[in-house]
Amino acid sequence: MELIYSLAVGIFCACGVWLLLRPRTFQVILGLALLSYATNLFIFAMGRLTLDRPPLIDPNVVPDASMFDDPIPQALVLTAIVIGFATTALFLVMLIASRGFTGTDHVDGVEKDE
Amino acid sequence: MSTLLRHLPVLPIVLPLVSGALLLFLPQGRTVLRSSVALLSTIAQVAIAAYLLYRLIVPQPGLLEHGVEVYVLGGWVAPYGIVLVVDRLSALMLALNAAIALPVHVYSLAHWDRVGVHYHSMLQFLLMGLNGAFLTGDLFNLFVFFEILLSASYGLLLHGSNAVRVKAGLHYVAVNLAGSLIFLIGVALIYGVAGTLNMADLGVQWAAMAPEHRSLFEAGVGILGIAFLIKAGIWPLNFWLPKTYTAASPPVAAMFAIMTKVGVYALLRMGSLLAIPEAPAPFAGPWLFYGTVATMWFGIVGMLAARQLTRLVSFSVIVSSGTLLAVIALGVTSATAPVLLYLIASVPAGTAFFLIAGMTERLRVNSVTEENMAPQPTTYTAFMAGEPHEVGDNEYDEVGVAIPAALAFLGMAFVSCTILTTGLPPLVGFMAKFSMISALLGAAMDQSSLDAWLLIVSLLAAGFAGLIALTKRGMRSFWSTGRTTPRLRFIEAVPVAFLILLCVTMTIAAGPVMNYLDSAAEWLHEPNAYIHAVLPTREVSP
Repeated sequence: MELIYSLAVGIFCACGVWLLLRPRTFQVILGLALLSYATNLFIFAMGRLTLDRPPLIDPNVVPDASMFDDPIPQALVLTAIVIGFATTALFLVMLIASRGFTGTDHVDGVEKDE
Repeated sequence: MSTLLRHLPVLPIVLPLVSGALLLFLPQGRTVLRSSVALLSTIAQVAIAAYLLYRLIVPQPGLLEHGVEVYVLGGWVAPYGIVLVVDRLSALMLALNAAIALPVHVYSLAHWDRVGVHYHSMLQFLLMGLNGAFLTGDLFNLFVFFEILLSASYGLLLHGSNAVRVKAGLHYVAVNLAGSLIFLIGVALIYGVAGTLNMADLGVQWAAMAPEHRSLFEAGVGILGIAFLIKAGIWPLNFWLPKTYTAASPPVAAMFAIMTKVGVYALLRMGSLLAIPEAPAPFAGPWLFYGTVATMWFGIVGMLAARQLTRLVSFSVIVSSGTLLAVIALGVTSATAPVLLYLIASVPAGTAFFLIAGMTERLRVNSVTEENMAPQPTTYTAFMAGEPHEVGDNEYDEVGVAIPAALAFLGMAFVSCTILTTGLPPLVGFMAKFSMISALLGAAMDQSSLDAWLLIVSLLAAGFAGLIALTKRGMRSFWSTGRTTPRLRFIEAVPVAFLILLCVTMTIAAGPVMNYLDSAAEWLHEPNAYIHAVLPTREVSP
């Protein structure tokens, strides 16, 4: 599981960085989205990967730390997703505004060969 | 302690949040009502910050009795809950923020708050994010406040949107979104190793950390530091800064002058808490030092090359960030108080400069009628708000009571700001630079360190380059033949005068100010007091 998980994070991150460095605004926004997936998965992994351990304490069971997962990284991921979503939406608006103003989807607002 | 007083530390966050949200629901047409609500909120923040400072200077039983107040949000005790901490440094930053927010706000009432929609709300949210970032004692909460202030700044940057602003905004948002992801990766690594995100608790954990965990923790802190350095505008992470600040409208750029200092504050705070046994790489030592000295030289070259006043001031903001962090990185204990003095002198000067730049733009008649500088009516229709009729075709189409001797006032203000920024006598900028150099000279003599000499040379060069560039710029603006006499409204001139008078007051009251800063510096070098206030049962042994 660890290997697949880390490969997933790595591939997301690599694709994200590559797209982020591309000259088209849409590629940049996709790159940022992929990078944020990689980041979110990474935060989640930092709470340690475990199976069959709920992050909530069951009142019927005697509390034992080894039976439960750490809920903090999950809360952090949730917050990060919400914030990332909002800022990406905002970026999307700017992307469209930039397209409207400059008539091109190049990040600098001008095509290189012009 | 009365109930209201007990909740005073959280008010700088709650107040702008509530008033900003309330402003969203007030109809766009009610300009006077909207401006009054927003202005009241800003004035209240000034009052709160001033009161907190007063309680720190004149200790009384109750709030801030021992120079620190921990506000436990939701009653969840640290390290499990989130705490807000008011100490000498955060109160100083709050006051600085409020002291520049008020003039910027008043200045924008003249014209700028009406060139787009929801200006007041965004300004309040920006203040909320800034205040929160200065107050919080939790790393993830710091991330959230960074995001709040950044989201507000994205909106403000696009305020009165035109092609230049959208283009600069695109780069600014992309860089900062990437920066936020780096912040998160750093936070995740730190949590993965230390199991806590409370800053005081991190200090405790770091001091007692097992050697096999140290390298991973340092990596996490290093990544986090990069996120802070992007915000602080340190070379080579600052290429977005001059373009963004130049493109923003004058009051927005003026408010942005403090935003780089949030990064500096975060580095200073984390560096202070992680100082025992030794601060990790991005908070002290050679990496930070050489990076920041390079930043100073980058800013110096930029200042000399800049052709526009706003661009020049943007580079001077970079120089001031570099100066602050370079002196901090060198780790000369006696230089901490002078650095804080430089901080509170350079921020109002930068703000005033951006406001002046907004007014001198009007001197050059032809340069501002370019088509792409006109505000876009589409913004109004998008928000389903009727376009206010005050806005003409030209952003600078100003109708106002002209103040007498407008040009003389502008010239005087320009000269005062130049003196402040470059550190010439007699204003507070000189005292800050002089005391920094004096502390550095002491260190250079004692330890015969080349780094201290390098920094002294860079400091002097920065002042000299700033003087050359600003004099050149000032002569072009004020002595050239093709200019017109601008019409300035009182409401625009008063904020600039206020900021300069603030610096003059700091110059006259330098003794008390330095006493306060000395105690703040002492507090920073004694992280145990902070840790003990947040976590009463813990302590760090060196």
